[in-house]
Amino acid sequence: MTVDEREPRQPIGRFRFMDQQRVNLDGFAVEDASLGLIAFDSPADPQPSLSIVDGRVVEMDFRAAAQFDIIDTFISVHGLDLGVAAEAMAIDNLAFARMIVDLGTSRAEVVRLAAGMTPAKLAQVLALLRPAELVIAMTKCRARRTPSNQAHVTNRSDDPLLLAADAATAAAFGFREIETTVPVLGDAPSNAIAVSIGAAVASRGILVQCSVEEALELEMGMRGLVSYAETVSLYGTEQIFIDGDDTPWSKAFLTSAYASRGIKMRVTSGGGAEALMGSAEGRSMFYLEARCVALARAIGSQGVQNGGIDSASVAGAVPGGVRSLMAENLMVMLRNLEACTGNDALMSESDVRRTSRTHPIFIGGSDFICSGFGSIQRYDNMFGPSQWNAEDIDDFLAMQRDWGVDGGLRTAAEPHVAALRQRAVEAVRDVYRILGLGDFTEAWMAQAVDAAGSKDVPDADLMTPLTASRLIRDTNVTMLDVVLALDEAGYEIEAERLLDMLHARVHGDYLQTAAIFTEDMEVLSLVTDPNDYAGPGTGYVPTPQRQAEIDAIRQERSVEDLRVEQGSYRSAALTAVGPATAGHDPRDVVIGLSPAAGRAIWRTLSGLTVTQALDELLAGLEEEGCVGRIVRVNDTIDLGLIGLTAARMAGSGIGIGLQAKGTALIHRRDLTPLANLELYSVAPSLTRASYRQMGINAGRHAKGATPEPERNPYSDEAIEARYHTTVVSLVAIERQWCGPTARPELMSLEGVAP
Amino acid sequence: MTLAKSGRPVSEVTLDALRAGDVDIEDVRIHPQTLEIQAQIAEEHGNPQLAANFRRAAELALLPDSLVMGIYEALRPRRSTREDFEAVAADLEARGAVLNAALVREAAGIYLERGLLR
Repeated sequence: MTVDEREPRQPIGRFRFMDQQRVNLDGFAVEDASLGLIAFDSPADPQPSLSIVDGRVVEMDFRAAAQFDIIDTFISVHGLDLGVAAEAMAIDNLAFARMIVDLGTSRAEVVRLAAGMTPAKLAQVLALLRPAELVIAMTKCRARRTPSNQAHVTNRSDDPLLLAADAATAAAFGFREIETTVPVLGDAPSNAIAVSIGAAVASRGILVQCSVEEALELEMGMRGLVSYAETVSLYGTEQIFIDGDDTPWSKAFLTSAYASRGIKMRVTSGGGAEALMGSAEGRSMFYLEARCVALARAIGSQGVQNGGIDSASVAGAVPGGVRSLMAENLMVMLRNLEACTGNDALMSESDVRRTSRTHPIFIGGSDFICSGFGSIQRYDNMFGPSQWNAEDIDDFLAMQRDWGVDGGLRTAAEPHVAALRQRAVEAVRDVYRILGLGDFTEAWMAQAVDAAGSKDVPDADLMTPLTASRLIRDTNVTMLDVVLALDEAGYEIEAERLLDMLHARVHGDYLQTAAIFTEDMEVLSLVTDPNDYAGPGTGYVPTPQRQAEIDAIRQERSVEDLRVEQGSYRSAALTAVGPATAGHDPRDVVIGLSPAAGRAIWRTLSGLTVTQALDELLAGLEEEGCVGRIVRVNDTIDLGLIGLTAARMAGSGIGIGLQAKGTALIHRRDLTPLANLELYSVAPSLTRASYRQMGINAGRHAKGATPEPERNPYSDEAIEARYHTTVVSLVAIERQWCGPTARPELMSLEGVAP
Repeated sequence: MTLAKSGRPVSEVTLDALRAGDVDIEDVRIHPQTLEIQAQIAEEHGNPQLAANFRRAAELALLPDSLVMGIYEALRPRRSTREDFEAVAADLEARGAVLNAALVREAAGIYLERGLLR
């Protein structure tokens, strides 16, 4: 038989099992430089070079000026600091890579030199940095000292009420920029207004953008309907740039147009975009991105959103691709620009991979950790699911707390968010009514306040945002009209907040690099809050107030919280009736309880009460013809000793130890404390049936039989993560009731004779 | 004290003024002089390109929205002939927008070389 005729063999179980894991839904590509499927150092990437004659660049990265494409041309004319170029290009790549990481070399010096470096030069330098070095470099080189984060707020229906409620929610969780977009282009102005109102309900100084086609986005900015822009895309090859219906000159003009209206703006690029669109010219993703970043600086943009963005999964598919995404962000920082560091479009089906992709940036800190944390559910994200979504807000908050790191988010209490959502929904209803943009039913409003996503708002009318948007454009509604309508409806605070955002355009301070507003409308930027990291003890440190926000997540519990919770299960069913004495009846089995049982702890970790567990133990003993006696052991909290003490008091010599938290064992009087007959250690998983079986087994031991031990319930869950903090608190409570000389007490259980 | 494009101090652009019907959109537009100040700050902070952007913006701050949007459209690929560009540049110059006029002329030259004219 030849190989070909053999039955195809099924992979072994281990590989069938591995194949089913979510990471294997991801695509992984063999590196292919000809298609641009290569992260760094494609054979077609040029070597760095720069020749300047009479103050003009005549050759850049081994291409003569006559062969320049539009990107080379714009960079060579506008993008390089020719005064420092000779010095910068002469520095050895490795030497400059070390300067970037060296904490004795200032950010200002690194930035000064990078300004004279060509795209190929910076691409080669940054390819030398290893992951841990990228983290240090990012910590040192980002523009703003204080990190921040940006949210996506969108939904499938462009529902203005839900947008407002979700914008308020995003602001409550700490996001300082909110980006919305539309599934239906015509809805854009309505979305911009709804999100602006919602954000203003929750906080001062939230920047809002509505990502749509370049010209419409500019128009909305001019009417004051948005306070920043980001969807100004740059590409690394001429063909793709033109396919995007722009040139570096049109983008430069657009950049100035935004500034001319006092509107913050950044551009968007990202490795893998050119490969995805089939025109990478055989260059590596990182080199093409180096061109984009140099161009961003050249056109005068204050910042860049990059790190793959929509093509992050293309970069993620090739070796080193995730590292290149972070290196892209660092390159933006070296060009002295605001870095909005991707972590935007979901790049993996695997929770592990997506966390791994974000984590170094999260701990290094950037101007905006995510250039779009999906603050809404995945299905409502009209950019497509994000790397982080509403599903993950609590994870992100826990990560901040774990590492003591400021990722820009804060916890928010449910009653606070509920009130904000109610107010946001009512404010939008009132503004739309006053401006004649639309009406909303009470049912729709109630659904929007409560909704976790647009699927929870079946009453949303899809025509409302479309009609509202047409009216906004036709009647030339500006943000001043929105401010006035808010005021008329009694939302003076929100009116003032949106007027503040219009004032900010007049002041122009937030046009500077990496600007955000604090809740006091203070501008934090490269100018007012420069990053001064120079090693341990320097750079950004959260204020005590901010640290408290990071630490105090809503899920944390104190011993006192546990005590109060236990108190709610307080019962008089279990009471002490007097000193306990040794029994002599061979059917006598003693159940030893821990000191806090019936005093401060009434409920076990499984949710059963202590008395329910006792009922089952007693019933099991009875089934075997034994009689259980309940004794509280007061001089130890150790379960082995409790069980042994009980066994020594039992006429049968068999005792059961039961901690109030539910852990239990069977003991015999002649064993050492740590030896025992059966241990039921996984208290959270124990059921009535487990305790019944334990009573039966104890009875069989009392009769001299050898019962089959009960198996501990199996679970693949992180039982310890779930209960260990509670256990620490419960043990602390046990210890408070334990006295070294306290005698055992006989207990009575309601309905059972002592 | 920051002045809006209208010449009015921004501190006077209050909710009360708005209620009185006494605020115009020009009162919440940035003044070219403010952009010049921001340009100087950007220069002092190591970003001459951002400064150049603010200086182009200072010129555009005085132009109406429709004109600004029209020029952006004209600069997109294959929208304009050389003559169109020359007319735009001349108009910008006449309005004192010399930096933007230079940008448009520069684009016209490159677009000719790269086949991006209409």
